[in-house]
Amino acid sequence: MGLISAIEHVIKKPIWDCKMCGQCVLHDTGMTCPMTCPKTLRNGPCGGVREDGHCEVKPEMRCVWVKAEERSRTLPLMPEAWREHFNNLRPPVDNRLKGDSSWKNAMSGRDKETPPGWTPEPEAPAAEVEVEA
Amino acid sequence: MSRLGELLDRGDELIITGEAPVIDGGTLADYEAKLQELAPWCDAMNATDNTAAHAHASNVAMAIAMQRVGVEPILQVVCRDKNRIAQQADIMGAALHGVENICCLTGDDVTAGDESEARRVFDLDGPQLIRLANSLKEGRYLSGRSVGTPPPLVIGAVENAGTHPLDYRAQRAAKKILAGARFLQLQICYHPDRLEGFVKALHENGFAEKCAILPSVVAVKGAGPLKFMHNSVPGIDVPADVISRVADAETPAEEAYQLVLEQCQHALSLPGVRGLHLTDFRKDGSMARLCNDLGIKPRTEREQHAHDRIVAV
Ligand code: SF4
Repeated sequence: MGLISAIEHVIKKPIWDCKMCGQCVLHDTGMTCPMTCPKTLRNGPCGGVREDGHCEVKPEMRCVWVKAEERSRTLPLMPEAWREHFNNLRPPVDNRLKGDSSWKNAMSGRDKETPPGWTPEPEAPAAEVEVEA
Repeated sequence: MSRLGELLDRGDELIITGEAPVIDGGTLADYEAKLQELAPWCDAMNATDNTAAHAHASNVAMAIAMQRVGVEPILQVVCRDKNRIAQQADIMGAALHGVENICCLTGDDVTAGDESEARRVFDLDGPQLIRLANSLKEGRYLSGRSVGTPPPLVIGAVENAGTHPLDYRAQRAAKKILAGARFLQLQICYHPDRLEGFVKALHENGFAEKCAILPSVVAVKGAGPLKFMHNSVPGIDVPADVISRVADAETPAEEAYQLVLEQCQHALSLPGVRGLHLTDFRKDGSMARLCNDLGIKPRTEREQHAHDRIVAV
């Protein structure tokens, strides 16, 4: 692990339980790390969320995505764009980046690279679907 | 094109899909016999992918077997057991045998099954898998390498309208529709208000025109399976009054039938619902009775009717 990765790990591990995937999406997911979901889902909650909002796999833990969804709406001081990105289709994880510093990869743009066969993400439905509470 | 694909293109007729029973040991003839209860009513049936994290004959093998006995398959692909390379291989392999319908799921966790010690994969998630299938349909693997002749895939997905975060579920469905899902089989939902809110949001925002919404119903024989689903299947909540309605009835089997009939009627009454996804745990001829009571004709009759209508035009 390089120096930058080590610093990133020391800061992000205690706050977000960061798993060092090397391609951070925290800002788009309500500042909640999707890699802490036991299924490592990057695009929203699975269908197994329990009636109490807890995780299918770990019943003692609140579903990471229930938390993320709530925080993407309610966290103060978050730029509007970050909230809007919540519904974006996030591409498959590049497993080669595991352990790398996501800061470094964000600066170089490496974390935005997708496989050549991956089609650009379709428009996010955020603003389009209004659900009555 | 698959029958399901044609129905989706035509855009107005009822669509009935069914959950095909799984098979472990046995022969093709055994499997054909198992399919018979539900197959006559369905436009296509799901070849499930190690459902509830239990190993069975594989999704691809069951889909091919269905083709051979004249049942149109929907290849279910989950993300739990295989990485993206194997998933692409399965979809292309099935397409080689003429299997065009696929349904993309995240999948239950390994802890739902009888081999909880297994490694879980989840290399992709459900929405990514839909997008991947779309790439294959457009003629390339995720790597960008050409697949040769692109398979005419009919891509679908699932969603659970009945669980948390409730207000977010329609948005998640919309995300899948934008990623390329043309049909959406919903998880069984025992809260009619939740189903209603979900379908309404999709319908009012124009998503039900892009994608056939197919709520699930599960036909059971008594309160036991309802309690089981409530207690043991994460994501399914069966309210106590629904369970007691069946448990305390004079004839629970009949009450359970009435319950499923009402669920079908309710789902079909919602604007934006295109059809149903049927699962049969009764295995007592109830599927024929149910479809009769709902005025749903067997697939062959519906096919003939549609044909006559098209010819007449
Ligand atoms: S319930 Fe939530 S945290 Fe648990 S596996 Fe599903 S999405 Fe992940």
